[in-house]
Amino acid sequence: MDVLLQQIINGLVLGSMYALVALGYTMVYGIIGLINFAHGDVLMVGALTSWTIIRLMMEASIGLPGWMILLMATAIAMVVCAALNFTIEKLAYRPLRNSPRLAPLITAIGMSLLLQTLAMIIWAPNPKSYPSMLSREPIQLGGAVISVTQITILAVTAITLALLMWLVNKTNLGRAMRATAENPRVAALMGIRPDVVISATFIIGAMLAAIAGVMWASNYGTVQHAMGFMPGLKAFVAAVMGGIGNLAGAVVGGIALGLIEALGAGYLGALTGGFLGSQYVDIFAFIVLALVLTLRPSGLLGERVADRA
Amino acid sequence: MMNSKSGKIVTFIIAGIALMVLPLLLQATGSNSWVRIVDIALLYVLLALGLNIVVGYAGLLDLGYIAFFAVGAYLYGLLASPHLADTFPAIKAMFPDGLHVNIWIVMIVAAVLAGIVGMILGAPTLKLRGDYLAIITLGFGEIIRIFLLNLDRPVNITNGPKGISQIDPLTVFGFNMGQRHTLSIGDWSFTFQPVTLYYYLFLFFVILTVIISYRIQDSRIGRAWMAIREDEIAAKAMGLNTRNLKLLAFGMGATFGGMSGVLFASFQRFVSPESFSLMESVMVVAMVVLGGIGHIPGVILGALMLAGLPELLRHLPDLSHMTDGRLGPEILRQLLIALAMVVIMLIRPKGLWPSPEHGKSLAK
Repeated sequence: MDVLLQQIINGLVLGSMYALVALGYTMVYGIIGLINFAHGDVLMVGALTSWTIIRLMMEASIGLPGWMILLMATAIAMVVCAALNFTIEKLAYRPLRNSPRLAPLITAIGMSLLLQTLAMIIWAPNPKSYPSMLSREPIQLGGAVISVTQITILAVTAITLALLMWLVNKTNLGRAMRATAENPRVAALMGIRPDVVISATFIIGAMLAAIAGVMWASNYGTVQHAMGFMPGLKAFVAAVMGGIGNLAGAVVGGIALGLIEALGAGYLGALTGGFLGSQYVDIFAFIVLALVLTLRPSGLLGERVADRA
Repeated sequence: MMNSKSGKIVTFIIAGIALMVLPLLLQATGSNSWVRIVDIALLYVLLALGLNIVVGYAGLLDLGYIAFFAVGAYLYGLLASPHLADTFPAIKAMFPDGLHVNIWIVMIVAAVLAGIVGMILGAPTLKLRGDYLAIITLGFGEIIRIFLLNLDRPVNITNGPKGISQIDPLTVFGFNMGQRHTLSIGDWSFTFQPVTLYYYLFLFFVILTVIISYRIQDSRIGRAWMAIREDEIAAKAMGLNTRNLKLLAFGMGATFGGMSGVLFASFQRFVSPESFSLMESVMVVAMVVLGGIGHIPGVILGALMLAGLPELLRHLPDLSHMTDGRLGPEILRQLLIALAMVVIMLIRPKGLWPSPEHGKSLAK
């Protein structure tokens, strides 16, 4: 029972980070139909930026409390990532918007590689330990343990999701985004500028990724240039699982994938008599992807997936 | 003046002689390292030509291509090294000298196995946009690597991160390519190094693959693939069975990957999961894309360029000590590949040496 509860907590924490990244994928895919491979690397840039800021602030020893430093580092990381993603879209994706679909996809892969390489050059290739800025005292919860960082992750995710839902459903920008996703040409006829909406989408996605990056780094305690790739890939799987293009679906898919992975890691060894251990955890995401694509290609909450755009 | 046909023949003969002599000249530099570099480049050409069938002809982006290469390499590694016999007493009892399956048998098995795996992989994504295929193949590439890394316990099958060593060298009709051979005519004698022998073998396979690729390209199947690549719905309306054709493309591309893997294992005589990382898959995709998607000379050019690039970078001054390992040759290489992928897609989306426009080539 304790193991179960513990793995559910871990799964929820992991799943909320996946959900934040998956939202970025799903929004971009919904509007321009591109799998933005570089999205996971934006998460990495966010984490490494916040690492630099935290280190600078701790060296300067202004005497601010840990949570304040973390908050400021997150804010700066969000700005940096937003600027980065805006630039990437403008320079690399926009000129290719009407070219054959293989071209932007390959550019996105190249961009992912480029971001990782630049991160290696800027921050050096070795893994760095990420200082823990919140209280390290674990909290007992019915036989399981949860850290302050984990509670914060869950709370911040909930607040962010609420804000995003409000933005998409209640504001003019949100309405413009939904309209562009539905049909960019008709949206343009209604006085919406698709380029502005697309830029806004990339900026919002980057901010969510930056938040997820800081969370990921705080939870696992290390940062390095390759850290964004796997979470990015799995978040994409989560987006497909929930139904790509669907915001609520991305959240459901993210949390479901987090739970599957955490429970899998907890029980796989026992179930297979020690034959398969937790080192196989990364496989789940891809098995889930293959199953979803075979059985229900539109995803859990998905709208119809076009046969081909 | 020669007419164009005999000019073409002369060019072919000159190119042929140059290709035959090249390793002998490189070998004359005294070290085998240059011939080795060319050998590896030829292996990449083989891989790129195989991937070109999937990406170039059928327009299906496969990001886990190296996994088929791994399937072939590990198959030969397991069937032609002492590893399995050392691990399992039962096999040891059956084959006291260890397993030494003939490479040509393994090659056929690898081709069939890789082809089947390729088709199984493509199957779930057939009805969806090609982007999903990219992700699922990428995932498959990672799954294979994770298994190769971890299948050393509880039963040691792949020997984990240490890899499999002492793999048998290649033999052609009893001619062992892993040893030196001296050719003597009267007083004159010449020693062929193993790397040089492998060069000729790889060259043979490259030429074979080029011929097969050209034959496929102009065949009914090849034209059907290109129709699917250009417009799948229109292709379907013309009565093409797009499902079977796409499966065939996956299968055939994977077959080439598996066979190249067998060659790789016999050449290196050692395989480890490290050789089959995602970066390698991306490299092969980059070769196809940079050279010119779907255009055989372009793909060969792309493969030779990207395979040769790290060797050129090796001659640059090593900056890694001055910059705490930030500007090592490996990082610079990755930087160049990444930049090339982005920039070439922006300024020459069809690659450096693209295929001529449709219609123009037919007008001749």
